[in-house]
This record gives sequence, structure tokens and C-alpha cells, in this order.
Amino acid sequence: MAHHSEDQEVAVLPPDKAKIKKLWTVAGILGALTAVEFVIAFSMSHGSLKTSIFVVMTIVKAGYIVGEFMHLKYEAKVLFWAVMVPIVFIVWMLVAFVYEGMKLSEINFLNL
Amino acid sequence: MAHATATTAPEQDVWNGGVAPLGASYGKLMMWFFLLSDAFTFSGLLITYGLVRAAHPAFAGEVEAFVFSHNYWPIPEKVFEAVPFLHGVSLPLVFVGIMTFILIMSSVTMVLAVEAGHRMDRKAVEKWMLWTILGGITFLGCQVWEWMHFIVGTDTPTLFKDFVKGEWVTKEVFGANLLVNQYGPQAFADFFFFITGFHGFHVFSGVLLNFLIYYNTVTGVYQRRGHYEMVEKVGLYWHFVDLVWVFVFTFFYLV
Repeated sequence: MAHHSEDQEVAVLPPDKAKIKKLWTVAGILGALTAVEFVIAFSMSHGSLKTSIFVVMTIVKAGYIVGEFMHLKYEAKVLFWAVMVPIVFIVWMLVAFVYEGMKLSEINFLNL
Repeated sequence: MAHATATTAPEQDVWNGGVAPLGASYGKLMMWFFLLSDAFTFSGLLITYGLVRAAHPAFAGEVEAFVFSHNYWPIPEKVFEAVPFLHGVSLPLVFVGIMTFILIMSSVTMVLAVEAGHRMDRKAVEKWMLWTILGGITFLGCQVWEWMHFIVGTDTPTLFKDFVKGEWVTKEVFGANLLVNQYGPQAFADFFFFITGFHGFHVFSGVLLNFLIYYNTVTGVYQRRGHYEMVEKVGLYWHFVDLVWVFVFTFFYLV
């Protein structure tokens, strides 16, 4: 190892076909979900059902991006939970703030 | 035996104590925690949008009868319906849909660059990084156009009544900025600029980081280092930018 040169050519491994195919599958799913969101946006009347469908689809898309693209699904379990558990604060903030907003609309002072 | 093969775990993976906490390298772990804090920042912006929107009345009538007014929150598909080179044609959300696809595609090319890095395939990393940078720049270009259109406004102005020096006057308003907004309540324009602007700035810095990675790949820095972990770390950031856009797309444009 004494004559190990820094510029020595490193062995290049062949592409992992199965892995690449999976990545393109995930991309296809993300694209398809976005297309479906598009269709729903113009074929359903506005309301809480439509909003809930969009929220669920967004969470599914986020799951694919974080789990597959960012590889979090395959990291150590403790890292996975270290990232996922703090999200509960965001959910709490969302519920608290939107509830507050609805109460503000009852007071209606914004609409002078 | 420190053979420089593609599968050699980087020595940096082992922290000074001899173990790698959470099974990740220091840099990767810190990137995850940075992204978590960034997620909180974006949540702060988007949730405040939710609060202010919930505090405003929604448009009660049919979608077809919608007109811009200060009295209710606008329907986003009625605001974002322009596409470059198709002036005057109403194509709701089409352009923002195209932008979403561009960002998803650049996320795919990024993850392919990471995969090539695992195999020590310098040429493939270069190729996929270039595609990723191109996707990022294209997205930024689209955003510039969208901002410009939002600021300049529609062909016909929205008329607003305003109380000036003790008299009611009718004002013609074109477009939006931080002082006026033809599309609806002022807060709507403010949130548009802050949320898409903050995301756009993330895309911009992501493109810069991607270029840095591309440069280091071309000059052989990672080849000499023996691993392409930097591609992975910047990749995490780039996917996060895509992730945020998924939420912005839903909560700002669709709902």
C-alpha cells in the first residue's frame, strides 16, 4: 500500500438496474398523483372533502419523496424516528392556527 | 487494508468516538437536522397562510361567477391561469403544473446522480448533475415569468373603492405588489411573494450547491476522496426543495 497513488483509477461498478427501475417507478407514481390532483381540481366542487383528498395525496407524495428519494425508509430506525417525531409539532401548529383563523372569521373584523 | 474500491465505507463515517451515531455520517445527520428545522420554517409560512385564509370569508357563489374582490379570498385557479405565449387564453393551473413536473423530474435526475456516485461512476454523476442543474434553472425561469405576470396583472383592471381624504374614490388596480393587490385581499399577494419567494430562494441556492458538486466531480475531487457522499448530502437538500414545492402546490394553488 506504500505506493498507493491518489490518482489511481477506481473501479466503476455497473448500474444497478433494479434500483434505477424502482426510482423511475417512484417518479411515475409522483407524476401520476399530480395528474390525478389536476383532474380532481376541475371535476369536484370546493369543500372539505376535496381538501381532505388533496391533503391525503400530498402526504402520500411526501412519503415517496422522503422515503425513497431521500432514502429515509432505509436509514437506521432511530434516525427515521428522530426526523419523523418532531413533525407532530407541525401538526399541532396547523390545527391550532387554522382553528384560530376560523374563530377570527366569526368575529369578522377583517371584512370591514 | 484501505483499498479504494467503490464499496469502501468512507472513513469519515466513523465519528471520533469510533461509532457513527444513528448509523449515519456526521454531515448527513446534520443535513437531516437542518432540513427538519427548515421544514419548521416553511410550515410556519404555510400554516400562517392557512390561518389568514381561514379568517377571511370564502367566495360563496359558483366558480364561473367569480370576480376579484377585497371582500373574500380568491379562488387560486382563477388567479393562476396564464401560460407563456398563450396570451388571453384561460388555462388554470397549467403552468404551475408544468413547473411541478419539472421539479419532480430534476429530483429524479438528482437521485440518479446519487446512485451513480455509489458506483464511483464519475461520467454518470456529471451527466445527471447537469440534468439536475438544468431542471433547477428551468424552474427558476418559470418562476420569474410567473412573478412577472402576477405583478403586471391582467388586461382589465380590478376596480376598488378607497377612502381618500374624506371621500370615496374608485381606483383601477393592475396586478399586485406589497401595497396593492388586484386579485383579492392584500394578504394573498403578500403570502404569494413570501412563500414562493422563500421557496424560489431555496431552489436558487440549491442550483448553486448543485453546480459546486458538479464542478468538484468534473475536477475529480470526489474521485480522489474515494467517495461521493457530498452528492448524497446536497441531494437531500434538493429533494427537500421538491418536497416543499409539493406542499406549496397543494396548499397555495390547489386548495
